[in-house]
Amino acid sequence: MSESTTDLLRFATIGSVDDGKSTLIGRLLVDTRQLFDDQLEAVAHASAKRGVGDLDLSFVTDGLRAEREQGITIDVAYRYAATPTRKFVIADCPGHVQYTRNMATGASTADVALVVLDATTGLKEQTRRHLCIAALLGVRYVIVAANKMDLAQWSQSTYNAVVSQMNDVGTRLGFSDTVVIPVSALRGDNVVERGFEASWYSGPTVLQALEEAPAGLWANSEAGARLPIQWVLRQHGGGRTYAGMVTGSHFSVGDAVTLLPSGVTATITGINGPRGSMTSAVPGLSVDLDIDQDTDAGRGDLLATAPLPTVTDEFEATLCWFSDRPLTPNSRLRLKHTTRSTPVRVNTISGTLDVETLTVTPTDQLVTNDIGLVSLLTADPIVVDDYRANRVTGSFILIDEVTNATVAAGMIGHASFI
Amino acid sequence: MTTSAPSLVDHLDILEAHAIFIIREVVAECERPVLLFSGGKDSAVLLHLAVKAFAPQKLPFPVMHVDTGHNFPEVIAYRDERVATLGLRLEVASVQEAIDKGRVPDPGPLGMRNRLQTVALLDGIARHKFDAAFGGARRDEDKARAKERVLSFRDKFGQWDPKAQRPELWQLYQGRVNAGENLRAFPLSDWTELDIWNYIKRENVPLPTIYFAHERPVIKRDGMWLAVGEFVHPEPGEVVERHLVRFRTVGDATCTGAVRSAAENIDAIINEISVTNVSERGATRADDRFSETAMEDRKREGYF
Repeated sequence: MSESTTDLLRFATIGSVDDGKSTLIGRLLVDTRQLFDDQLEAVAHASAKRGVGDLDLSFVTDGLRAEREQGITIDVAYRYAATPTRKFVIADCPGHVQYTRNMATGASTADVALVVLDATTGLKEQTRRHLCIAALLGVRYVIVAANKMDLAQWSQSTYNAVVSQMNDVGTRLGFSDTVVIPVSALRGDNVVERGFEASWYSGPTVLQALEEAPAGLWANSEAGARLPIQWVLRQHGGGRTYAGMVTGSHFSVGDAVTLLPSGVTATITGINGPRGSMTSAVPGLSVDLDIDQDTDAGRGDLLATAPLPTVTDEFEATLCWFSDRPLTPNSRLRLKHTTRSTPVRVNTISGTLDVETLTVTPTDQLVTNDIGLVSLLTADPIVVDDYRANRVTGSFILIDEVTNATVAAGMIGHASFI
Repeated sequence: MTTSAPSLVDHLDILEAHAIFIIREVVAECERPVLLFSGGKDSAVLLHLAVKAFAPQKLPFPVMHVDTGHNFPEVIAYRDERVATLGLRLEVASVQEAIDKGRVPDPGPLGMRNRLQTVALLDGIARHKFDAAFGGARRDEDKARAKERVLSFRDKFGQWDPKAQRPELWQLYQGRVNAGENLRAFPLSDWTELDIWNYIKRENVPLPTIYFAHERPVIKRDGMWLAVGEFVHPEPGEVVERHLVRFRTVGDATCTGAVRSAAENIDAIINEISVTNVSERGATRADDRFSETAMEDRKREGYF
């Protein structure tokens, strides 16, 4: 039932700073004619003003003053493109290690990662970090643009070296498929238009690869359907329905559901969607469910079909730590998971993940941009699936109780490569 | 009952579902939300989605119009009709009032007031202690908006800090603020202009009449067609012409340009913008032309 999103692909660009992510997206948008004349003129004007040539393609997405002054991407730019076969939501992510939290923001909702790397230098540590984070976030399909091939004189051995490095990393991180494309984002070869320089290359262009990539990979799960309750709607005549977004699998009228954490069982008697009543609702739809039991269910509770998720107040998780202040055992924070928010305490920190070797080093604290393995204890029980089984019920964020800053992203359980 | 095959959904269904999800999250997490309603097509769609999100209950929060005082009469008529039909509570944050109270310098009765909206907006938010304001902004409108989170944190001065945005992973929208701070929430972030029009068509969302082609007196100023009316008078050398026009956006009458168009209905508008070479704001907004980073600069000051 992944047909729900097949015509919409969400992808994120990842990779090290200065390897050409923003230039590649600029090239993709310009060559597929997604830009209006006045937007192109504005990019040309800004390029001339800063003395960076006729048309600095990175300025298409690097829209902030500081980004243009410094020539880097600071935060994710979201752009939209459409071809006859597909609509794209593009998250152009920053490469700097300092802005890893922003890259994670962009990659967290992506179906596919478009890895941009400088073919002349191969995989840098920061590229490996991004690949590792993308894999942790559940990206299974990557498209690799081996960029700056014009500087490598379109050398096939340079390209083969990248393919070999990527195969090695891809196998370890569990990517399902990896296509490597020799490109020059600056000149446009093999981005939208096929280049003539790499006569030895017969694979897809970047655009073709994006059009062929599987979309909606997150729509379905082996685990059952889940509806984290956002809001209780009072119906005319006194009834109540439970509103939220469907995830995991679809709900149908007549399905047996369990309300968690209470464990009350019920049957779905009605489903209301944005366009009226319906007999079933696929993942990604906002609906409200009517059930045959009178309950005190409210925001933060969850309706599920079998196999049921786990109710727990103590669990293992993988954390991406974003704050400048270190995380130590016994730290107290606030956790937001689905529609529930609860105080949380760090039980133990068992180690940090080395993004190059994928080995875990024991530690007793996490510093900025560390990926850590932790055990957490929540004040109220939460209803979870392993992140690999469900991206919605398997994810959470941690919030500083004083500043309200979002200080970490967390995933229930551990990836198989850890 | 047997399980029937789930019905197909298209990308408009996905955008709609996501927007409704965001609206419910913000209302559940914040104490005093408000929806900024300009009477433009984006806020019309936003209001339509907000009503859907809480149906059959009434909208559990008010709407606020940031009123520059330079309105198209058709838009005010439309605003008041929507408020009456949907039983909404309307607050007005008035730029004229801010001028009268000396909060902002008076640019003169015909001067451009879009920048002054920021002060009126922030005053309105403070007066009603709103902690979250829904806006209809889309990321395809402008390169600074393309960078902004769905939930955009603003400090006690209403300022946006583009270098220190909160991480926003998955669909875990984090709406916690301390007293005096607020959020701007943009449920239409991922919609494009074409998505808006296709959705208006699908849902029969009512719009002000000025979105559809009509004949009216206009003058050409700074490369834009401005409607001659109460707030726009021809200056020496400017010639009043009558043309068939429509508006692609709705803003302050002194700086919102019309486009020459014969598109009288939604299908014709969709055809027209499918082939246009000029962006929505490029065609119609003088306020974005001041500098390379006009939108970013205004957002930093507290603009939506």
